[in-house]
Amino acid sequence: MESLFEFLVAAFLVIAGVFGFVGSFGLLKLNDPMSRLHAPTKATTLGVGGVLLASMLHAAAFEKYFSVHELMITLFLFLTAPITANFIAKVHIHRQETRDTMPEAGGDDHWATHDTPEDEERRHPTLTPPTED
Amino acid sequence: MIESAATFAFACFALAMLMNLWKVVTAPDVADRILALDTMFINAIALMVLYGMALGSEIFFEAAMIIAMLGFVSTVAYARFILRGNIIE
Repeated sequence: MESLFEFLVAAFLVIAGVFGFVGSFGLLKLNDPMSRLHAPTKATTLGVGGVLLASMLHAAAFEKYFSVHELMITLFLFLTAPITANFIAKVHIHRQETRDTMPEAGGDDHWATHDTPEDEERRHPTLTPPTED
Repeated sequence: MIESAATFAFACFALAMLMNLWKVVTAPDVADRILALDTMFINAIALMVLYGMALGSEIFFEAAMIIAMLGFVSTVAYARFILRGNIIE
């Protein structure tokens, strides 16, 4: 039983290391900025998840306490990774793309990242009091 | 067996962090730099948890949690600054 847990922890650690390495290597290797976004957000998150699983298993099997901190970190990372990826993609759209290079946004509208102040006024009209004349 | 696996994982994440650092220095655009910094944060969490495992201490999980939160907030703040020129409007 002991050796089974030992094997599992070691396997999780090796898998996590490989995924973490591949995630960061993809950041160097891939050519297009939006493909580069894939490597860290997916592979590295999975790598950290593997380390956290190994750590939980190690604590439960060898140090005789059950630890839930790792679950909290995993949950937090899995919740925040898509949000940061979305923000980074928006930065890319903002700096590298124009309205013409983007795919259609549907309707006769454009993507909200390219909004000008007039568009924002059109989407969310501010209440202005009626003028005197 | 766990010792050698942990050494392997340490080496992988350390190399990953060096590659991120290289990318931070040579990034062609701000989006890539934000991405590399965010990945560095995630790799730092992994290294922290591994170190906690190696020392058999629970303290490092709190540190990892704090790094996770700071990483998220600073990535979003940086991206928001580029997008809007301002963080809290």
